[in-house]
Amino acid sequence: MNARFVIQRIGFVLLSFIAVVVVLPILVIVAIIVVRGIGAINWEFLTTMPHDGMKAGGILPAIVGTIVLTFGTAIAAIPVGVGGAIYLSEYARDTLFTRAIRLAIVNLAGIPSVVYGLFGLGLFVLFLHFGTSILAGSLTLAIMTLPVIISTSEEALRAVPTEYRTVIASLGGTRWQGVRYVVLPQALPGIITGIILGLLRAAGETAPILFTVSAFFLPRLPHSLFDRTMALPYHLYVISTQVPGMPQEIQYGTALVLLMLVLSMNLVATLIRGHFRRRRPW
Amino acid sequence: MLKSESVIGNKRRRFEIVIESLIRVLGFSTIGFVVLIFLFLLRQGLPFFFEVPPVNFFGTRWYPTFGLFGTLPLILGSVLVTLTAIVIALPLGVATAVFVREIAPGWAREILKPLIEVLAGIPSVVLGFFGMNIVAPLVRTTLNVPTGLTAFTGALILAYMALPTIISVAEDALDAVPKSYRDAGLALGATKWQVIWRVVVPAARSGIVVAVMLGLGRAIGETMAVMMVTGNAARMPITPDSLFRPVRTMTATIAAEMGEVAQGSLHFHALFGIGILLFVLTFLINLAAARPIFQKRRRGGLR
Repeated sequence: MNARFVIQRIGFVLLSFIAVVVVLPILVIVAIIVVRGIGAINWEFLTTMPHDGMKAGGILPAIVGTIVLTFGTAIAAIPVGVGGAIYLSEYARDTLFTRAIRLAIVNLAGIPSVVYGLFGLGLFVLFLHFGTSILAGSLTLAIMTLPVIISTSEEALRAVPTEYRTVIASLGGTRWQGVRYVVLPQALPGIITGIILGLLRAAGETAPILFTVSAFFLPRLPHSLFDRTMALPYHLYVISTQVPGMPQEIQYGTALVLLMLVLSMNLVATLIRGHFRRRRPW
Repeated sequence: MLKSESVIGNKRRRFEIVIESLIRVLGFSTIGFVVLIFLFLLRQGLPFFFEVPPVNFFGTRWYPTFGLFGTLPLILGSVLVTLTAIVIALPLGVATAVFVREIAPGWAREILKPLIEVLAGIPSVVLGFFGMNIVAPLVRTTLNVPTGLTAFTGALILAYMALPTIISVAEDALDAVPKSYRDAGLALGATKWQVIWRVVVPAARSGIVVAVMLGLGRAIGETMAVMMVTGNAARMPITPDSLFRPVRTMTATIAAEMGEVAQGSLHFHALFGIGILLFVLTFLINLAAARPIFQKRRRGGLR
């Protein structure tokens, strides 16, 4: 009789041990990159151009490039993503066609990032003649982030109680008025969280920008949408695999800047979600 | 009075129709994007199949400079790395999900969940960088192999990248098992441990299969990290020690070679051909994983 409880005890200890094994390396990864990279971080590193074949100087163009690309992605992806979510949550009935849309979203989410790169190269760079440019890269990243934005936004919209919509309808409001003045504002924190999570993925991706925007070494800031630009993830790849004799500190410093950018976006998303989840009336 | 009201009504109605059709278009756009992606892969990839017989494409040697475009070593490379990754990640992922959902006290959950989200957010190039500099040397010294850049190293990193997906989907599956199942088990005198493994996990089986499929899809499409840690040697991984030797995946081949080929060359089209393979493969995996979405929601799922 007691043996079963002994087994249970051992089992629980084993499972908690596995959970620790799973999460401990996360802390180790972050700690190692922080410890080895922090020495490289100073004002000059963040605000000057690289020189001496990227072995000296800063990473300013890569930082600016990533910020510009992320903004470009946001501008293209937010209207389409949120609009698509509104359709699925507020307008669509459960038809075969709606299921096809859901299937498309699942598949968009599953397409490998490097295939997005190929697609961007084929459509934006070559077919539409945007060239290797910020425009081509942003649009490629935008399509890649769509599934994240749509599914999180839809979830946020659906969480708004049906009564809210019923009340608007009973007051003589149209469906769009209900969405615009009641449902959307209520779901906004959840939508913003979803948008940040999508953009964070775009900011950290390398493969989709390999052939659509990235410049190996371009020590100036971008001037127009049709410019190439350096970007943090690609820069990290370049200096850790393509440039022999690269000082380790610069590599870890670049990794640290990228990691901090992404993790701080993650933190903001988590905080927004937590803050509003506690405050919402339903 | 009445007349002016109806004019406003008409205007409003027209506005409503415009907005609704706009939103409809945005909703449909995702289907358009999937089709567009496939079309543009075909547009650049099909010319290859017209010029080179499929026998060559599925051959065993990938030497584009000599006109040999055998993708078999790349496909098998992807399969080897991905399957090994899932073999590592599945038990860890399910165990962690069970721990978080069924056993962990509140405070432990509050620590574990955000950490797993952090892992999901780490860019693959950063994990690849870490794998290259820290994991690969470890693999080399502990396994005493000539290089640490092996299929196994790639599988380790990939397993780690697939974990957040597997954990969160498996957690949802466990969560969907009705509480009454657990209560019934406990009422029959089973321990919590017995209930977990003989009632809850079997009931969540189909959801766990979905978790594995999505993890698989994620792992097979992963590019940067894999490219940085697997050594990129396009050899057939058929010898028993292949797991501990360099290997090259489909994704890494595209990423590494696209920058160096002339646009419109046979090699260029061949890389798009690999892209078509990847697209079809992940499409099928996700289709299989998404099947439950299209089935009627069943309570629990004990069969």
